[in-house]
Amino acid sequence: MGKVLMKGNEAFAEAAIRAGCKCYFGYPITPQNEIPEYMSHELPKAGGAFVQAESELAAISMAYGAAAAGGRVFISTSSPGLSLMQEGLGFICSAEVPVVVLNVSRGGPGVGGIQPGQADYIQVTRGGYNGDCKIPVFAPAGIQECVDTIYKAFDIAEKYRNPVLIFADGMMGQMMEPVVLPEAKGITAVEDIPSVKPWAITGTDHHEGRNVVYSLRMQPDVLEAHVEHLFEKYDEAAKELVDYKAYSLDEAELVFVAFGTMSRLCMEAIEILGERGIKAGLIRPISLWPYPDAAFDLIPSTCKTVISTELNMGQMIFDVKNAVSGRFPVDFIGRTGGIVPSSLEIADRAEKILASRK
Amino acid sequence: MSFISELASGPRKIAVTGPFGCGKSEFSVSLACALAGIGDMKTALCDLDIENPYFRSREMKAALEERGIEVFSDPFDGKNGSELQTISPKVKAPLENPMYRTVLDTGGDYTGAMVLNQFSRQLSDAVSILFVINKYRFGSDTVEKVKNQISSIESVTGLSVTGLVSNTHLIKETTLEDLLEGYEFALEAEKEPGIPLLCTLCPPFLAHEAEGKIPDLFPIGMYLRASYLDKRI
Repeated sequence: MGKVLMKGNEAFAEAAIRAGCKCYFGYPITPQNEIPEYMSHELPKAGGAFVQAESELAAISMAYGAAAAGGRVFISTSSPGLSLMQEGLGFICSAEVPVVVLNVSRGGPGVGGIQPGQADYIQVTRGGYNGDCKIPVFAPAGIQECVDTIYKAFDIAEKYRNPVLIFADGMMGQMMEPVVLPEAKGITAVEDIPSVKPWAITGTDHHEGRNVVYSLRMQPDVLEAHVEHLFEKYDEAAKELVDYKAYSLDEAELVFVAFGTMSRLCMEAIEILGERGIKAGLIRPISLWPYPDAAFDLIPSTCKTVISTELNMGQMIFDVKNAVSGRFPVDFIGRTGGIVPSSLEIADRAEKILASRK
Repeated sequence: MSFISELASGPRKIAVTGPFGCGKSEFSVSLACALAGIGDMKTALCDLDIENPYFRSREMKAALEERGIEVFSDPFDGKNGSELQTISPKVKAPLENPMYRTVLDTGGDYTGAMVLNQFSRQLSDAVSILFVINKYRFGSDTVEKVKNQISSIESVTGLSVTGLVSNTHLIKETTLEDLLEGYEFALEAEKEPGIPLLCTLCPPFLAHEAEGKIPDLFPIGMYLRASYLDKRI
């Protein structure tokens, strides 16, 4: 299939459909409204079910139920909506149910605004859910990458029986790009679910006894054993899923660390700095959990500052500091409230920081 | 006569319609800029898109005003970041004032075009209704879909589409072959509804290559798209 021109949100929805999504549950929130809208008319054509929930709390609970029954489930929301889903995400982690979640994030806190933001970094990487659990988080930097990530995310979620979260900011949801859509996998037939997902709640026709999907474990030793089991999965996921890209690190005097839309701005800022005779590079974490600590071992000794560059007041910077481990100074450039800075502003601020570190 | 001089010599009210994401806003901005250089009429751009939260022509207000183009949009003059479902009553001013040539940038599909209904009195005399086609968008990738889109827009607005605009592109990845494919597709689309193809939009980087190969080329700028969005990463 050739390239087509798609708005991010349309492409994300189509990617989920082509990945074999059976159920989508959503509640409208800008800047991701095109996703439920697209799903409402396209998912039924592919044999799936679209349900507009009455709230995000309902959407995540419907996702829990449908995924427990063995369906491929996709949900999408934007920042304040994801806050409402936190309790459900914790339950889903504990119950070991695969769900793919897309956050097309906007400015916060609270209701915030509808322009793009990355101020959910701590929420998506640490969670607002309670208990010891982790959710793999991917932060693609373009529509094609996001399409490919969503397409793969269902397999990852099912392999680890865990939610997988894609963190795409509002700009990626609203911008357009040429994309090549992946092949449609088709939806797993209901009668095939017991063999594909033997743990799913599919009735007792297919196996001895019954499957139970649950989160409540009243005996401390049972609960501890369960959490230890979850962490064995997370250890394996951390090794398999860690992902990043590094750009122009050779002899770099300053290294930006940025993900999503901000990383594209940094790429342009690197060119501007290059014209000024400053060598700058970029580390772009693609997996935010697991965080690509190893990427920071690539920073050359010529580096005077590592600059965490974010659409927030400084959230990823804690992971950057942890990964840098005192080897280089760590600084910050950010804008918030839905403001996307220009690449020129980033270059100017980076140049000033570099001068102060020399 | 070129597309733009012909358009300028026609009705002074020009509405830009079409499916979601076909390039109406970028075209409207480029169109207003081109019209502003013709004759002694004033030029207004009315952003009537109440669907999209980002990439709206009102974001170009300051730059357009520097070129003498007045911009009308929501009651907050585009300063509110929300996708407000309201249009400023000031939009009526350029529509009623015969000294203004006005470009009306509508939202996508018939739902976006429906906004024109509140100006039915102002649009009751002559108005050019342009319909923009991008073959690479799923809303207009077949002649059948184009035909249905046009008839749904005409049906909800009570206005007749007067001209087609070919805007088949893949942003910075657009090639001459894409423009030619879009042009041929628009010629096909032209036949059935019987609405003339008025022009083919051409990005600046293909202007030289496309010259002489496609008639009625109209240069389209990329005013609403920041350059970093096309950085390969």
